[in-house]
Amino acid sequence: IEDIITKMQDDKTGGVPIRTVKSFLSKIPSVVTGTDIVQWLMKNLSIEDPVEAIHLGSLIAAQGYIFPISDHVLTMKDDGTFYRFQAPYFWPSNCWEPENTDYAIYLCKRTMQNKARLELADYEAENLARLQRAFARKWEFIFMQAEAQVKIDRKKDKTERKILDSQERAFWDVHRPVPGCVNTTEMDIRKCRRLKNPQKVKKSVYGVTEESQAQSPVHVLSQPIRKTTKEDIRKQITFLNAQIDRHCLKMSKVAESLIAYTEQYVEYDPLITPAEPSNPWISDDVALWDIEMSKEPSQQRVKRWGFSFDEILKDQVGRDQFLRFLESEFSSENLRFWLAVQDLKKQPLQDVAKRVEEIWQEFLAPGAPSAINLDSHSYEITSQNVKDGGRYTFEDAQEHIYKLMKSDSYARFLRSNAYQDLLLAKKKVWLL
Amino acid sequence: MCDQTFLVNVFGSCDKCFKQRALRPVFKKSQQLSYCSTCTEIMATEGLHENETLASLKSEAESLKGKLEEERAKLHDVELHQVAERVEALGQFVMKTRRTLKGHGNKVLCMDWCKDKRRIVSSSQDGKVIVWDSFTTNKEHAVTMPCTWVMACAYAPSGCAIACGGLDNKCSVYPLTFDKNENMAAKKKSVAMHTNYLSACSFTNSDMQILTASGDGTCALWDVESGQLLQSFHGHGADVLCLDLAPSETGNTFVSGGCDKKAMVWDMRSGQCVQAFETHESDINSVRYYPSGDAFASGSDDATCRLYDLRADREVAIYSKESIIFGASSVDFSLSGRLLFAGYNDYTINVWDVLKGSRVSILFGHENRVSTLRVSPDGTAFCSGSWDHTLRVWA
Repeated sequence: IEDIITKMQDDKTGGVPIRTVKSFLSKIPSVVTGTDIVQWLMKNLSIEDPVEAIHLGSLIAAQGYIFPISDHVLTMKDDGTFYRFQAPYFWPSNCWEPENTDYAIYLCKRTMQNKARLELADYEAENLARLQRAFARKWEFIFMQAEAQVKIDRKKDKTERKILDSQERAFWDVHRPVPGCVNTTEMDIRKCRRLKNPQKVKKSVYGVTEESQAQSPVHVLSQPIRKTTKEDIRKQITFLNAQIDRHCLKMSKVAESLIAYTEQYVEYDPLITPAEPSNPWISDDVALWDIEMSKEPSQQRVKRWGFSFDEILKDQVGRDQFLRFLESEFSSENLRFWLAVQDLKKQPLQDVAKRVEEIWQEFLAPGAPSAINLDSHSYEITSQNVKDGGRYTFEDAQEHIYKLMKSDSYARFLRSNAYQDLLLAKKKVWLL
Repeated sequence: MCDQTFLVNVFGSCDKCFKQRALRPVFKKSQQLSYCSTCTEIMATEGLHENETLASLKSEAESLKGKLEEERAKLHDVELHQVAERVEALGQFVMKTRRTLKGHGNKVLCMDWCKDKRRIVSSSQDGKVIVWDSFTTNKEHAVTMPCTWVMACAYAPSGCAIACGGLDNKCSVYPLTFDKNENMAAKKKSVAMHTNYLSACSFTNSDMQILTASGDGTCALWDVESGQLLQSFHGHGADVLCLDLAPSETGNTFVSGGCDKKAMVWDMRSGQCVQAFETHESDINSVRYYPSGDAFASGSDDATCRLYDLRADREVAIYSKESIIFGASSVDFSLSGRLLFAGYNDYTINVWDVLKGSRVSILFGHENRVSTLRVSPDGTAFCSGSWDHTLRVWA
C-alpha cells in the first residue's frame, strides 16, 4: 500500500500548485489548498464523485503524507484550508516506530519555544506530564537533548524552520494521534513479519542513542521461510504436466455459463430483486423468514428445484417432496442411500465404521432390504472399500447413484403431476 | 601357452539388492560397499540424476509454465465483460446500514453467519468472541479467549457451536448453551494444532469436521470429536490467509489464498492441489466461491479483486480502479453472483458488477479498516466488521 502512496506523492509534487501565500503579516510558505488537491485527485485518478476524492485525500492525510498546517487532526476538506506535503524523511514507509523518549524530547522542545502558536494542546500537555513522571530519572538527559535541538533549529532559515516545524508536528500527529482519532500506524499482525525493517532497529528521530532500548511488545513471529528444494520443483513439474493435459473450456463458453447462471438466479437475489413480501432487514418484518420456515413452499421456491438436481437436494422441503414421489414409485432406496452416505461423511471418526456396516447391510449386502442397483464394477470397488471402512467407502457408489437419479428419477419428478401442481400453485390434498 | 589374466570375482550378496551375484567394490561417501553390476549401473545413473541441478529443474518448470500459458491463451477468445455487454445494466443501488453492532472493545477481525440467517459470531483483537442476534442487536453469548488477535471464527451448521482461533495456533470449538449458569469456556474443545497463527477456519457441511488455514503455510481437516488430523494440505510457499469450501452438495474441494500470491484449489479426499492461480501482485487476503461453484473471487493487498474460473483454469476478470489504492481485505458474492462486495483497508466497501467488471456503488460508514465481510445465507443482507470495533449489517 505504502509503495502505491509513495508513487502518487512523487507525481503530485509535479502536479499540484504549491505556493507561498501572503497572509496578514507573514508569508505562509509551500502550501496547497484542499480544493486543489481534490481537483488533482479527481483529474488524475479518474474519480467522478468528489466525495470519494475527499475520502481518499483524508486517508492520505491520515497516513501522514500531507497535513493541514493549522490543525492536529489529519483529515482533508475540499476548501481553501492550507496543506503541506510531508518530508520524505518522515514518510511512514521508513518504518518509524518512535520511542517515547523521542516524543518527550519533542514536547520539551516545544515548551522552550516562546511563540504563541506553538503552545501545547491540552492532550499534548497531558502527555508531557505523564512522560515527565515516567522518565523522572532521565529527565535531565531529555532536557539537554531538547535544548540541543532548539539550538540547531535556531540556526536554520526562518521559512525553512516554519516548514520543518510543521512537518515535525504532523509526524507526531501520526504516531501520537489526537485522542479519538484513528491511529493509522496500527498494523495487521499477520503482516508484521514482512516489514522492510524486520529487526525493528529503533531509529531515533533526533539521532539519540540510548543504552536501554525497550523490547518491542509485538508478538514475535519467527518463521524461517522454506527454501524450495528439488523435491518441491519435481512436484511442481508433475503438477504442471497434469495441468497441461487438463481439458479446459473456452472463455466464451465460460462467460456464457456464468451469465446464464446469474440471469437464472437474479430473481432470487434479494439484494437485486426486492424480496416478497419484504426484506426483513429493511422493513423490520420477519414475514419472509416465517414463510420460508413453513412447509408450504412458494411457487418461486418450487421453480428453483427445477434448475438443477443440486437445488432440490439442498432444500429440505424439496428433498421431502422428491422422496415422497419416489416412494410412490417404490424407488426411494436410491435417494435414501445417497442421503445415508451424506450423513456418514458428517459423522465423527469413531462412529464411521459402525455406520459403514449399517449402510452396507441396508443397501448393498446380498438380500439387503433396500437394495440399490449398482453395476458390477462399482459393486466390486465398494465391497473392497467396506473392508477398510473409511468415510469415503461409498464415494464411487454414491456418484453412480447420483448420476442415475439425476438422469432418471429427477427428470421424471419434474414432469410428474405432483411437481407440476406445486409449480402452478394448485391446492392439493396430500394423502398421508 | 597364452597369457591369460583372470579377474578375481567375489561372489556374495549385493549390499543393495541382496541378490547373489558377482560383486564389485563401490565407494559411496567414502564408505566401501559391494554392489552387483546391475546396481552399480543404477547408482551411476542416479548420480547423474543427483547432479541435475536445482537450476536445470527450475528451468524445466519455467518452460512448462510457459507452455501451459500458451495452451490456455489459445482458449482465451473473448473477455467476460465483452460478452456481458448484452446483459442489462443494474439499476441504482441504495444500500444502507440497517444494524450497527457495538460491543467489541477492540478491532473486529472476523465474523460468520449462522444458518438461521440472523445470528452471527464475531471475534476481535482483545480475545473476545461474541454471538449476536443481529436482527435485534442483542448479544447472546460471549467468551474470552486466552489469546489476543482472534483472527478466525465460524458458526457450526447446526447453530449449536462456534469455532475460533488466532495467535494461540489452535482452533477451539465451543458448544453454545442457553443455560445461564454454565460457563461456556468450561466446555471448550481444542481441535486443531498448527505451528503458527490460525488465519481461517470453517466447518464442512457437518458439525463434526473443521477445515483450518494457518500462518505455517498449511491447511488441515480435523475431526472435531477426537481432534484427529484427517488430512493436511501442503503446497503454499508462505502463510495461508483464507479459505472457502465449494458450495456443492457433493463437493469435496476448497480454495485457499496466501501470502505467496497464489490461490490453490484442493481435493479434500486426497490432499492434493488440483489447480493453482498466480496472477495477484501481493498477498491474497480473502477467497470466496461464486455461488455455482464454477469460479471464485479473491481480494488482495494489491488493491484488486479478481475472478478465476475453474473450468477455463484462468483469471477471467479484474475489479480495480486507479482511485482504489488500499488493499481489499474481504470479499463475498450476492446470492445470484451478480454482485461482488469487497471491504477495503480504506474504510470503504465497494460493490462490483461481477459480469461487467464495473463498480456499482461505494459504501462509506466505517471509521477504520473493513476487516471482514460476509453475505447472509439467504442473501438478504451482508455484514461487515471493522477495526473501528463495530459490525454493520447492510441491505
